[in-house]
Amino acid sequence: MGKAGPDRYSVGDMSTATIEKLDVLERMREELQRALKKPIAQRRWVMVIDLRKCIGCHACTIACIAENKLPPGVVYRPVITEELGEYPNVSMRFIPRPCMQCDNPPCVPVCPVKATYKRPDGVIEIDYNACIGCRYCITACPYNARTFDFGEHYSDKTPERAPYDEAPSFEYGRRWKREGERSPIGNARKCHFCLHRLEAGQLPACTTSCVGRATFFGDANDPESLVSELISKPNVMRLKEELGTRPKVYYLV
Amino acid sequence: MLSQRIALPKIGRMLAGIGWGVAFVVGAWGVALRLLQGHESANYGSYIVWGLWVAAYIYFIGLSAGAFLLSALIYVFASKELEQIGKLALLVAVVTLIMALLSIWFDLGHMERFYYVFTRPSFSSMMTWMVWLYTAYFVLLLAELYFALRADLARWSLSDGWRRVVANLLLFGRRSLSERALRFDRMALRVLGSIGVPLAIAFHGGVGALFGTVLARPYWHTPLYPILFLTGALVSGGALMTAAVAFFWPKSDPNYTAMVQRLSMIVFLILIFDLILEWAEFSIPMWYGVGPEFDLLQKVLFGPFWWVFWILHVLLGTLVPIVIFLTQRSKPLWLGVAGGLIAVTFMAVRLNIVVPGLIEPQLRGLEEAYRHERLVFEYAPSLFEWQVVLFIVALGFGLFYLGRRLLPVISVAREEIA
Repeated sequence: MGKAGPDRYSVGDMSTATIEKLDVLERMREELQRALKKPIAQRRWVMVIDLRKCIGCHACTIACIAENKLPPGVVYRPVITEELGEYPNVSMRFIPRPCMQCDNPPCVPVCPVKATYKRPDGVIEIDYNACIGCRYCITACPYNARTFDFGEHYSDKTPERAPYDEAPSFEYGRRWKREGERSPIGNARKCHFCLHRLEAGQLPACTTSCVGRATFFGDANDPESLVSELISKPNVMRLKEELGTRPKVYYLV
Repeated sequence: MLSQRIALPKIGRMLAGIGWGVAFVVGAWGVALRLLQGHESANYGSYIVWGLWVAAYIYFIGLSAGAFLLSALIYVFASKELEQIGKLALLVAVVTLIMALLSIWFDLGHMERFYYVFTRPSFSSMMTWMVWLYTAYFVLLLAELYFALRADLARWSLSDGWRRVVANLLLFGRRSLSERALRFDRMALRVLGSIGVPLAIAFHGGVGALFGTVLARPYWHTPLYPILFLTGALVSGGALMTAAVAFFWPKSDPNYTAMVQRLSMIVFLILIFDLILEWAEFSIPMWYGVGPEFDLLQKVLFGPFWWVFWILHVLLGTLVPIVIFLTQRSKPLWLGVAGGLIAVTFMAVRLNIVVPGLIEPQLRGLEEAYRHERLVFEYAPSLFEWQVVLFIVALGFGLFYLGRRLLPVISVAREEIA
């Protein structure tokens, strides 16, 4: 202390713990651990996206694709770029759009075979092995959050199938290898808040990969959690609230 | 018994046969692609997620419901002029239903799981209701066809040759021609028809409700849809029956002209009613020129596929047939042409129900958020999709032809049995 030196502000001086405490991710990880200790029905997973911090880098979109091994044409979390105004008075705004995990989901009651349902923790799950691929749920989602797996691969029309096309995904805690006509090929697919990561104590891929820390995730049933703090602010909104779907994805504006 | 041959000159029959063969082979190639590669060659994507096959499904199932309702009304209300065509209508209803079920089966992402709708149904879904109801309807159609044909088949079983074989195969042992047995047939038909009418109304209204209940799609989300589907079914199914009778009924039947005229009159009246509903469907959301539905309907009327509405539906499917109905009332073949035009162009109406409901992004800018050819808001069916439909159409014609040749569906007025 008091000793001025060239390396005074270098990371080397701080303990790893201190650096991690500075990162909001670390707080959310701790809260995640706390939530996982509760019975599943007492958790209420929500996501909060701060639109003022989103820089439109699409890192979350890519991280999601990598995490879930999404094939061409399947996307869980695109980032919408909105251009406002007319040149020269223009501004841009970015809206990441995961599945809203609606509390009153329009996609669930339309399924003829109960292949999609709301879990006790509020996440809308798809049972790939039950889905008949009728795509009624895709038409019923007011956010276009569901896409259909047409069975395409990035290395189609090349001599060999690339390794990244063969890698299995681990959605819903199971191992899914896409080949032939096997599920999830021929199924409706969507964001599931990375349930398989949550079970392992990890935050969703979009949340950890957000370079601006604009995406927050946690248990809204925990009054001490960061997300509970954020969604009680007055600058919160949800998409198409008038439809009565009650999304569990909140936007800070 | 009267010759059941289509009254076409020999060369015409040969050309029709060749055309059918080509259509069947080209179509079967598409079906093979569907079975081997799934949906890869289809042009619909994740945003416009239903396309030609879903439209074909509601088109064919509308034809079936329409033809059936017509036949059921004939049996239930014992309409004398049209009683003779009841069996032909049942055959048309069965064939078009098979065509519809094939269309939607090919559309499933997992064809092998179709039976899940029976083993693990969710009755909150309109789709479940629709599937259960059309299954009941299918069973009822077959039962009704059986009782409608039984007497004639029983007579066939007394003759020689292939007719005897067909009759023995289909009679399930009930060969009696006693007055009591015939009375039982008539009663069974009346009862089945009485169950069938509400069933057909429920199941095809249900097809309309399948779209109408979708909150997320303002274009579909209208209480008018179930009703619009029913009138559409009656118009298109009735028109198809008019064409079928005009072209495939023996002209030697003294009732021939009267039947075609009667049918075309019914079709004409329902068509007018359907047009009034259609006017409501367009004018009410569009009148003040603002709102999400206005933009969608604007695209239907003046978008890149404007001709589907104006040329196929309005001109060929409505105006031309109306002119024919009004000016050629005494010429059954012309009335048949009018019916055929309405029936064929009704596919345009069905396409304009399915696709426009899906062409607007749910969130502005989504079309540019992540680019892929499956993530676009434009759609025109691919050749492959048309091939599959061609196969279904060829199969339908084949089944109709076989049914007409092998089953006693045509009974000429006051015909005496040899």
